[in-house]
Amino acid sequence: MWQELRSELHPRGLEIVTVALDTGGADAARPWIEAARPAHPSLIDRAHLLDELFGIVNVPSGIWIDEAGMIVRPPETAYPRRPSFLDSPVPTDASPIAQARAAEVRKLRIEPERYIAALCDWVARGAASRFALSDEAVLARSRPRPIGEATAAAHFALGQHLHLAGDGDGAVRHFRAAYRLHPDNWTYKRQAWSLLPAGQEPLDVYGGDWLTDVRKIGAERYYPALDLE
Amino acid sequence: MILDSLHVDPATFERQTGWAIKPEGACKGARCVPLPAAITPGGPVDVRALAARLGMPLVRDEVAGLWALGPEAGGRALTAAQAPDFALPDLAGQEFHLGSLRGRKVLLVAWASW
Repeated sequence: MWQELRSELHPRGLEIVTVALDTGGADAARPWIEAARPAHPSLIDRAHLLDELFGIVNVPSGIWIDEAGMIVRPPETAYPRRPSFLDSPVPTDASPIAQARAAEVRKLRIEPERYIAALCDWVARGAASRFALSDEAVLARSRPRPIGEATAAAHFALGQHLHLAGDGDGAVRHFRAAYRLHPDNWTYKRQAWSLLPAGQEPLDVYGGDWLTDVRKIGAERYYPALDLE
Repeated sequence: MILDSLHVDPATFERQTGWAIKPEGACKGARCVPLPAAITPGGPVDVRALAARLGMPLVRDEVAGLWALGPEAGGRALTAAQAPDFALPDLAGQEFHLGSLRGRKVLLVAWASW
């Protein structure tokens, strides 16, 4: 997804690093990476290390880091272009659930043009770009981490560990706790839902699924508005 | 950080959490916190005591006999504007260090297959 932009901006001094947050590891991410054939580093984060290090709660999220290794924009929604799922027609014979889901997807707030224009400005102007934030602004925009969310991170780590050890029931126990303690962490929820065996529904096991939870908050809040002013 | 014992060697604790045990305390970046009495530099880390001191939640799974240590609570996800260095593998298993890109601008993108 990022290869085209990388070809354009790499000669101007930008490197792109993509990281797959996938408990399933390289096997889960491989088909996408092999299809994209990226020239940039494309890494696998099976422990969701980046969630914890940067406070990522949904994907795709982008973080800008300058030449000195300083973060100049903390995680925010990052699409290189308008994703095709916004415009894909819904088959007329799709199930009511699939149709309802597609209707919510169309309401998502995705702003690739503004995001990429800001990115190009930073690549050209560096610290003089108005989109490059000061250290203080970066920290002020970073997500607060109350004790409940920090505890959710520990439960999520146990859930992943137990899932990989083949203990599905144990994994669900901790994913449920993470879900309860940090309900707006879509990264935890979507990962946990994806690990359920065939035949088990997230709504039955976790009391939520993408459609239900998106409707609860309103699809336009699923990706927060970019704060580029 | 997953633990099967509440006493770990300092190098492992630092690699997993970023907190180094030094004579002046537990240190991460420029910040140092005095060590609890249960910990002496050079000895094993008493995770329960240090977690309490640093505000890191410790969760127990009785069935599996494991603990998980969460990140520091009470502040923000980013404790410094300096990007935390990390190393992650690519598809071939080759480790890549974020710090190797020092001197270039970087757009770090988190995505997922799910």
